[in-house]
Amino acid sequence: MVGFYSSLLSSEWLVPGRNLFLTIHVLGIVCFAYIVAKRVVPLVRAQGDPRFDHPWTRLGRVLKFWLGQWKHPRYKFAGTIHILIFAGFILLAARAFSVLIVGVSENFVMPGLSGRTGYIYNLVTDYASTVVFLCMVVAGVRRLVFKPARYAVPAKYGKSHTPDAVFLLGLIAILMVADSLFAASNVAGHAQRGQPAEALATLSLPWMLQILIGSMPLATLWVLNVTAYLVHELTFYFLLCYRPFGIQFHVETSLFSIYFAKLERGRLKPVRWNVPDEHLDLVKSFGVKTFEDFTWKHMLDFYSCADCGRCADNCPANAAGRPLAPRFLTIKARDYAFRHYPVLGRANNGKPLIGNIYSEDEIWSCTTCGACEEECPLLVEYIDKIVDLRRGMIDDGNVPQSLQKPLKALESRGNPYGRMEKKRADWANAAEFQRSCSVKIFDGKSSAGILYFVDSITSYDDRMQSIGRSTSRILTHIGGGFGILGAAERDSGHEVRRFGEEMLFMALRDHNTDAIKASGVQRIVTADPHAYNALKHDYKDVPPVEHISQVIAREVKGGNIRFHRVENEDNVYTYHDPCYLGRHNRIYEDPRAVLDAIPGLKRVEMKRSRDRSFCCGGGGLMLFYEPKEEQRMGVLRVRMAAEAGANVIVTACPFCLVNIEDAIKVAGLEGEMSATDLTELVDQHLTREGCPEKAKELETTTCGG
Amino acid sequence: MEILVCMRRVPDTSENEIELNVAGNDIERDELVYSVNEADNYAVEEALQIRDRVGGNVTVVTVGGEDDEEVLRRELAMGANQAVLISDEEFSGSDGRGIATILKDFVQRGNYDLVLTGVQADDGAAQVGGMLAAMLDYPFASLVNSITVDGEKLKVSREIEGGNRELNEIDLPCVLSIQTGINEPRYVGMRGIRQVASVPISLLGASDLGVEKTAVGEVAAKVRRLDYFVPAPSKGAEMLHGRREENAHKVLELIAARGGLK
Amino acid sequence: MARIFSYIVHRGGIVDDSAAELAAVARRIDPAGPPTAIVTGWGADLDAVCNSLLSPYGEVWKVANESLAYPNAELVRQTLVKVLPPNPILLVPHDHFGIDLSAGLSIKLNAAFVSDVLGIDGIDGDSLRMVRQEFGGQVSAHVRCDISSGAVINVRPGAFKPEQVTPISSVVIDKSSAVGPLTARRRYLETIVAEAGDVDITRHNVLVSIGRGMQEKDKVFLAEELAEVLGAAVSCSRPVVDAKWMEKSRQVGSSGKTVKPKVYLACGISGAFQHLAGIKGNPFLIAINKNPKAPIFQVADVGVVDDVLEFLPELTNKAREMRGVAAK
Repeated sequence: MVGFYSSLLSSEWLVPGRNLFLTIHVLGIVCFAYIVAKRVVPLVRAQGDPRFDHPWTRLGRVLKFWLGQWKHPRYKFAGTIHILIFAGFILLAARAFSVLIVGVSENFVMPGLSGRTGYIYNLVTDYASTVVFLCMVVAGVRRLVFKPARYAVPAKYGKSHTPDAVFLLGLIAILMVADSLFAASNVAGHAQRGQPAEALATLSLPWMLQILIGSMPLATLWVLNVTAYLVHELTFYFLLCYRPFGIQFHVETSLFSIYFAKLERGRLKPVRWNVPDEHLDLVKSFGVKTFEDFTWKHMLDFYSCADCGRCADNCPANAAGRPLAPRFLTIKARDYAFRHYPVLGRANNGKPLIGNIYSEDEIWSCTTCGACEEECPLLVEYIDKIVDLRRGMIDDGNVPQSLQKPLKALESRGNPYGRMEKKRADWANAAEFQRSCSVKIFDGKSSAGILYFVDSITSYDDRMQSIGRSTSRILTHIGGGFGILGAAERDSGHEVRRFGEEMLFMALRDHNTDAIKASGVQRIVTADPHAYNALKHDYKDVPPVEHISQVIAREVKGGNIRFHRVENEDNVYTYHDPCYLGRHNRIYEDPRAVLDAIPGLKRVEMKRSRDRSFCCGGGGLMLFYEPKEEQRMGVLRVRMAAEAGANVIVTACPFCLVNIEDAIKVAGLEGEMSATDLTELVDQHLTREGCPEKAKELETTTCGG
Repeated sequence: MEILVCMRRVPDTSENEIELNVAGNDIERDELVYSVNEADNYAVEEALQIRDRVGGNVTVVTVGGEDDEEVLRRELAMGANQAVLISDEEFSGSDGRGIATILKDFVQRGNYDLVLTGVQADDGAAQVGGMLAAMLDYPFASLVNSITVDGEKLKVSREIEGGNRELNEIDLPCVLSIQTGINEPRYVGMRGIRQVASVPISLLGASDLGVEKTAVGEVAAKVRRLDYFVPAPSKGAEMLHGRREENAHKVLELIAARGGLK
Repeated sequence: MARIFSYIVHRGGIVDDSAAELAAVARRIDPAGPPTAIVTGWGADLDAVCNSLLSPYGEVWKVANESLAYPNAELVRQTLVKVLPPNPILLVPHDHFGIDLSAGLSIKLNAAFVSDVLGIDGIDGDSLRMVRQEFGGQVSAHVRCDISSGAVINVRPGAFKPEQVTPISSVVIDKSSAVGPLTARRRYLETIVAEAGDVDITRHNVLVSIGRGMQEKDKVFLAEELAEVLGAAVSCSRPVVDAKWMEKSRQVGSSGKTVKPKVYLACGISGAFQHLAGIKGNPFLIAINKNPKAPIFQVADVGVVDDVLEFLPELTNKAREMRGVAAK
């Protein structure tokens, strides 16, 4: 059986128009190529970005995130619609191609789609185009009637995007209808002439159209057929050439943005990819100041944004009313690219971004929590761009006064509070604490296997020192010997780097690396997820690092740690995933396993948990920044805990603890809600008796080696 | 406009705990971190902003020694055009008047339209600016919190009591002492300093400036600091030593007794 | 013994408190006394001031000149150089005027200059031994000043208590003719009054005053809550304004407002003198500070060593209980 595309009727009807169709092809393709070439221009001028490594891994991710639409179901309704549309497009690709060629080569049959295969393919694609059409209608109604909040465009960002979105939905719908009408009119034509024709898929759009037009005179069918064909071709090429002017460009660029997407999380882009640390002094300008300072992949990201708003919908800064919404970071940059690298006209470049399309507060507002990157179905990257923009501002000396003070203190004293280095380990010397646990400080003479990296807030903040003490007692209980760097320790520099002060970060990192190496340890443990992330991803040549929750979970599993019954049975606990433990480093289950090992502990999950956890407000330097916001992220989070029915929030990060305890006061929930660190809870509930080796160790005055 | 900013390297009060040393004759200097005097930093930023508005040149100068190079470099990194270190053994032990004398001789070698200093430094004397102006016979204004250039004159406002501001017109050349908070100084990081690491800093001694030896140094000082001490606490406050709850209760009782709890 | 003069600061015909303080300082230096007052100005205001300067000044030197109607330090300096005898000791309050006037004046008089003095030990031959502070008040220092060719001494306002002296009749001597025309290379234009702001802290009887110890802007609400329960207003020290946590209109201090409340709660304030200078009328001062060595505890009536961020909510809750409002 021959596919109806090659039936005599269709080619006869289309033959007179062959030249026209051919012309449209040529014009369309030339236009598209020209437009794409113009769009590529800024990428050619951009900074380099090595994304050509690990091709198989990248291909695997293309299969997962592009073909598999992996992130889409995170928003069930929109995700389903998109998966259907995407699947439809993939399926319809061959059909569209065939239809387009048939106008100039009447006997064209797609290789592999002849005979029975072709017939089945046509049936499937009949349904595909129907589904796509229905999805267009549903999407259009959704946009116009239901208006999901995340599509809204606040006035300061310009006009609503809905008209353009609906316009595109309409065009795709027209494309489906044109294709269906072309098929329907072909089959109807055959039927009227008594020639054999393939059946159209029952209840599909072409099928229904065929019923509608089947009894029309042949001449009318001829008109419909040619018109449908022309509309199809014109719409196809219009869409092809229009897409690079808006969010639909993601249809073409998504494959690339996903292929070239960043492979490692938690790791930051260096100042310049091809410039090692030692040569950074030679770089004239740090960071992104003008559009051309972005890398080509970042520019590709700007093109690839589909304006779905999922990033901004999950952005805690946006929820708090700060002047930051990731979506508009991208859209504004994209619009800048369109304006300054127009398809028609000369490129004009080099304008500073801050003060033009971005405000300073917008860029300082980000806590680098990563929620945006976690949601984006196109794997658009944000953190590297924010850090690069901050690097640019730091380079220009454009830093809010509130941040200058802690930065200066970090430079002189190695901690943002300006406290003296020699007092960094005072928390371990508190008399009462000394009696229950003696903390060894590495002095170059003796050594132990584990380094407990305390970091600045736990060392100096009165409240957070309790985390230091709890962690020490837990490590003592586990045994194996540990020590701290004491006055030799400096701030890990995690936020220093993420706030764009790369040189200061490097100084802190190098100092700490030397001190760590001098201690001779083989493992590092920390209770601070920011320090954990820094030691894991920002530092080189240091021993492997674990977060204390991982250590505890392992010991619980191995039976070395046992808990007595929870102290207050009435409490309902909820675990708040710290961004740098959870989302960035995927450690979700260990802390939960620890909590669940405490007998009688009632635990509930907040709606936003694990990779959807809501940032507490940020750590490190973010504690010093004074944002413009409508309310605090911490307050929003505390309310989420209350909503989940919890009255105790457990977290595993000192910054989360600071922000949440503050927020409880600000929200007026003192007495109703409280917060505690995992280490404090564990320390409180550890069963210390009944283990002779442990008891013996505790008798000695020094623990740790 | 040719602008000169006189600055000084001081122990940073926010990153140090100032304590007496064991001998009791000086402060403990072992682990002090030093930086440019805060008010001087504001003065440099102001100079840079004026220069960027009306054009010209900003020079920073300090009287001291090798250690002072680092703060000069920091101000170069901030954007100053030249830095000068005035250093000579003869100068050691100078009091404020001696320093002002040295600076006067330096200013007279140049052609500065505007001389700025910070209002005061760590010793709280707030004197060098005023003395310098008198020695040069330039008009002077202290506690300046805003400067507008108006042709050959400046409009400056001074901080006075009650948060009010005294607006003055002052002729050039003049000396101004700058109050903190006049602007928002730009940030200078390690990178900025490294970028100016090889910019030469002029070094001048007593003979370069033609300073009269009898006017400077310890011999000439009319005011000498004899020691540092921490005064024995006077009666002071009645301290409450209870638990927080008890203290709060007591405090409120005391407030209420004085009509403070309406 | 050189002759001791006090420069008298006055406003609108009223003598500033510093006049009496300077007289006390003069007597400390030279108990033989009495010191001489120098007053510059113009018109009826000047006359009123001169006449009100009875004891403890022996002579009141009045210098009337139209250019001196507003106390322009540049012009006052020229005036004093013409009027003062050689090698005088001149006392000036260390306020915004004294900072403007004295350093340059000492050069023109070829006299020594000592700034911000808060204690007088006594004369020792050609020297005067005094007490100053450095490093923001964290340490004190004894200084010796060579007064053989005179001295200009700026005295910290409020550091010396006025003395009760048996009244002596003082005589007003007009020295106006000693001063010729004055050239002004700095000209006073106008005074820009600070914006009123929403709250006038000078009108409140109880002030909850905050300093750097509040840690951050987001904690300021703790003070506001307490103030609300107490029927008080929130004021602050200078660093709080510099950090933009509160408006300038809330600042208490030598460059801010002068307040005379009945009760003053100093929360997280170290007690720098510039701040204390703004507190008059000897209110009941309660200080809360984490640092037991904070200078504020020297001047407070009652002190609590505690973290303000913890203590303030405790106070607020207790106060609510006491007022019969349920603690939130």
